[in-house]
Amino acid sequence: MTTAILVSILMTLVAASTPILLAALGELVTEKAGVLNLGVEGMMLCGAVAGFAVAFSTGSTMLGLIAAMAAGVATAMVFAVLTLSLTANQVATGLALTIFGIGASSLIGAGFVGRTITRLGPVFPAALSEHPWLRAVFGHDIVVYLSLALVLGVSLFLRRTRPGLILRAVGENDASAHAIGYPVIAIRYGAIAFGGALAGLGGAYFSLALTPMWADGLTAGRGWIALALVVFAAWKPGRLLLGAYLFGAVMTLELQAKAAGVTWLAPELLAMTPYLATIAVLTMMSLGRKTGRQHAPACLGKNFSAS
Amino acid sequence: MTSIITRRRFNFGAGATAATLPLIGGASAQAPLGVGFIYVGPVGDHGWTWTHDQGRLALEKEFGAKIKTSFIEKVAEGPDAARAIRQLAQAGNQIIFTTSFGFMNPTIQVAKQFPKLKFEHATGYQRADNVATYNARFYEGRAVIGTIAGHMSKSGQAGYIASFPIPEVVMGINAFTLAARKVNPNFKTKVIWASTWYDPAKEADAAKALIDQGADMITQHTDSAAALQAAEQRGVFAFGQASDMSSFAPKAHLTAIVDDWSGYYIKRVREVMDGSWKTGDVWGGIKDGMVKIAPYNAAVTPAARAAADEVLKGIVAGTLHPFTGELKDQKGEVRLKAGETASDAILSKMDWYVEGVQA
Amino acid sequence: MLEWRRRREPSTLMLWLSPLIAIGLTMLLGMIVFTAMGYNGFHAVESIFVTPFLEPQRWPDLGVKAAPLVMIALGLAIGFRANVWNIGAEGQYIMGAIAGTGVALVTHEMTGWWILPAMALAGVLGGMAWAAVPAFLRVRLQVSEILTSLMLTYVAVQALYYLVRGPWKDPDGFNFPQTRMFGADQTLPAMMEGSLVHLGIPAALLIALVAWLLMEKTTAGYAVKVVGLAPAAARHGGFSADRVTWATLLASGGLAGLAGLFEAAGPFGQLTPQFPTGYGFTAIIVAFLGRLNPLGIVFGGIVLAATYVGGEIAQTTVRLPQAATGMFQALLLFVLLATDVLVKYRISWRVRVA
Repeated sequence: MTTAILVSILMTLVAASTPILLAALGELVTEKAGVLNLGVEGMMLCGAVAGFAVAFSTGSTMLGLIAAMAAGVATAMVFAVLTLSLTANQVATGLALTIFGIGASSLIGAGFVGRTITRLGPVFPAALSEHPWLRAVFGHDIVVYLSLALVLGVSLFLRRTRPGLILRAVGENDASAHAIGYPVIAIRYGAIAFGGALAGLGGAYFSLALTPMWADGLTAGRGWIALALVVFAAWKPGRLLLGAYLFGAVMTLELQAKAAGVTWLAPELLAMTPYLATIAVLTMMSLGRKTGRQHAPACLGKNFSAS
Repeated sequence: MTSIITRRRFNFGAGATAATLPLIGGASAQAPLGVGFIYVGPVGDHGWTWTHDQGRLALEKEFGAKIKTSFIEKVAEGPDAARAIRQLAQAGNQIIFTTSFGFMNPTIQVAKQFPKLKFEHATGYQRADNVATYNARFYEGRAVIGTIAGHMSKSGQAGYIASFPIPEVVMGINAFTLAARKVNPNFKTKVIWASTWYDPAKEADAAKALIDQGADMITQHTDSAAALQAAEQRGVFAFGQASDMSSFAPKAHLTAIVDDWSGYYIKRVREVMDGSWKTGDVWGGIKDGMVKIAPYNAAVTPAARAAADEVLKGIVAGTLHPFTGELKDQKGEVRLKAGETASDAILSKMDWYVEGVQA
Repeated sequence: MLEWRRRREPSTLMLWLSPLIAIGLTMLLGMIVFTAMGYNGFHAVESIFVTPFLEPQRWPDLGVKAAPLVMIALGLAIGFRANVWNIGAEGQYIMGAIAGTGVALVTHEMTGWWILPAMALAGVLGGMAWAAVPAFLRVRLQVSEILTSLMLTYVAVQALYYLVRGPWKDPDGFNFPQTRMFGADQTLPAMMEGSLVHLGIPAALLIALVAWLLMEKTTAGYAVKVVGLAPAAARHGGFSADRVTWATLLASGGLAGLAGLFEAAGPFGQLTPQFPTGYGFTAIIVAFLGRLNPLGIVFGGIVLAATYVGGEIAQTTVRLPQAATGMFQALLLFVLLATDVLVKYRISWRVRVA
């Protein structure tokens, strides 16, 4: 393989991984606060359509990205109000949110089918971003660098800052956190909003960068992969980055192998591996728990009410 | 609103049996003719379903108030389809088009319950007295774009993003490759099976992988325009699928195979109106206007343009068949003898690849 | 101002009244939203929610659509009562269909009354096997069954794709990815000649009745509820939470598997890649719509089935896009989940005296 192909594979891999990484990172923070939001796919679609609609109408991709995050937050707030303020079941509400997102995005997007916009371009000047091999590092768009910065930021926030510690405490033991005087509900609102913003951004990465267009169901199920990824990464941002890129690598290399004439790979068997791997990771984590390390937030999916 | 009320009254009385159905035909001679459509995707898919809906809109334009069209979209292929078709039948539609292969069994099943109504199933092979089938000879379009690819490819390699190895897709790959190899005997077509009809991001990534592996012509048998966008980004050429997709890739889009169902729909609805509708199997091609070739991009070289026009003319005149012997499959077995052309029976069961295909 | 006070005990009145309040509220909201979108809101909601019930010819459709939903939801609800969150019923449904289809394909040249029962048994076992994995992982290794059961759903989908595109592809099917059609002895008989109503519909009703008796009238049902409500008390009372986890997961997996088999051997008559239509996920909604009560679930299944059937009617009567029906379903669920608060809280209006 020549350098050109290697660089190209790397670029494709990063691009394919970025939206999943973003959505998963948002969900990771939500789950760290003890909330399981299964509506990632719905939030991504709302972000994708809002991003495209605004970018198309204003001509500004940046405004599109911002609108996508706002749409993601708005969708996530429906979930937050129901589960936090009205103590509705999280699993059922999350599933309903996905149904809602698929429907709403399709209705909003009806007028934008077949329209085109300018693709989100690289950040750095052409000398770097179009250089034969330096572009592997400097050839990406703003969202890619942002996603990497966010992984670092979330990691530091959760491990090194006081608010991060409180957020984790809320996810591990909401009753104690409440007893100490932390506003459990408010913190969870924040975590769900963050999850919505990143899911919206991840969705907009499809409609603004990967495939700059709108069509129904544009994200094609990536939200569910993001959910699996959070578990696969054992709720650790660093591992999430690794997992997302690993997943992107498998997807990209599968296509490269097929293009190179490898036909013995059964696509179905390959497609189940991420999920089987996730179950394997969960099992191994539990086996390793005897060493005293807990990974899944203890209150994940359980409702909290103050009284 | 009156139409809704009358329809409901009819529904109350009629039950599921077909015995009372002729009543509406007679009672409402002045009422518009109901034309129903069942779509597998959303109207907004900008692919397969979208082209059929364009056909429906053409019907409305042609007949105006004389017909009333309705459709049910995003119908799952299976029992849900039978229910949706029955719903259109009971709602008083006289002719119902079911526009995906997976609607075959449900269409036949419902048609039995409504012998007076006409049904048209796209891309299937089961017929009845009141069920006709129709399909387009997309492979004729593939032969035209294959000719252009043969002329314009520098690497002599095309990338083909395909969905599933059903005869429809296989014959497209073969027709494309055969046409390209007429121009360049060493031409190769690399196929990626995407195992999906619709996943834009995956289609784009497949196009990139094919370009990485040396393809400089991209074509596809999946639904979205994503592969064209990837070709545009990488500076190679590509062909549109199902509709003119030049707006997505102004530089890369050399031409497109355009599905145009409007002519067929108008003809069949008119036949229902004047009572001459008969079952049958229509497999329309370029000659019938069911398959069209979008305007060429300015980048198409004069030689490629002339050769493509020649193929178009030959197909319309009937002097050129994309599958003409001698044809060997990849094992070297002779599938068509010299001078022989592929019958429709051979085409509709095609499960072998011609030389030059890497699938 | 509004005052919220947690009830000491959930209100029984509200438990039954709140779904009705939710449905009324959803109809009202739906009319407003659809009208704002430029459709005839009244007729849209009427088509979705009223017409399917008024037209007798739609009733078989409702039954066909509701039966698998009810059957799956019954199993899930028992688990939910015990705080066992099996959200992978879709995978168990697929696995049941796969196992039953395996029997159908092996026996496709045979005849005999025993074939269908054998297929049904295979379906139940297939679903149970798929649910046994999360059960084992939760009981032995404390792995969350929410995540494992969800992951296994995708594995089941891919397994289905692999089979119908590969080894099980119909040899006479022009390479289309689907199995051959089942024979007469591999297909569920219709309850009446020419009717859509198949054996799965009375079966679902019967199972609902059994589930209700089990939950309300037996110690086992009591154990499930105690484990769910007060795990500590259950331990003192001698109820094994592990055994309840195993039992509820196997029961829900088996029922989902049976529903899958009924769907494959009934309305489908074969296995195709389009077989998974999300019943396993929709059933979660049905379980909550029925307030986790077996008899409520029958009601919930019929209501949700009506929105599907009615959604198609609305597409033809008022040209309401399919996506709007999806939004309407989500709205129904949102409102229903929101009104659940009425069961848990007493809300009163109090004028504050300054």
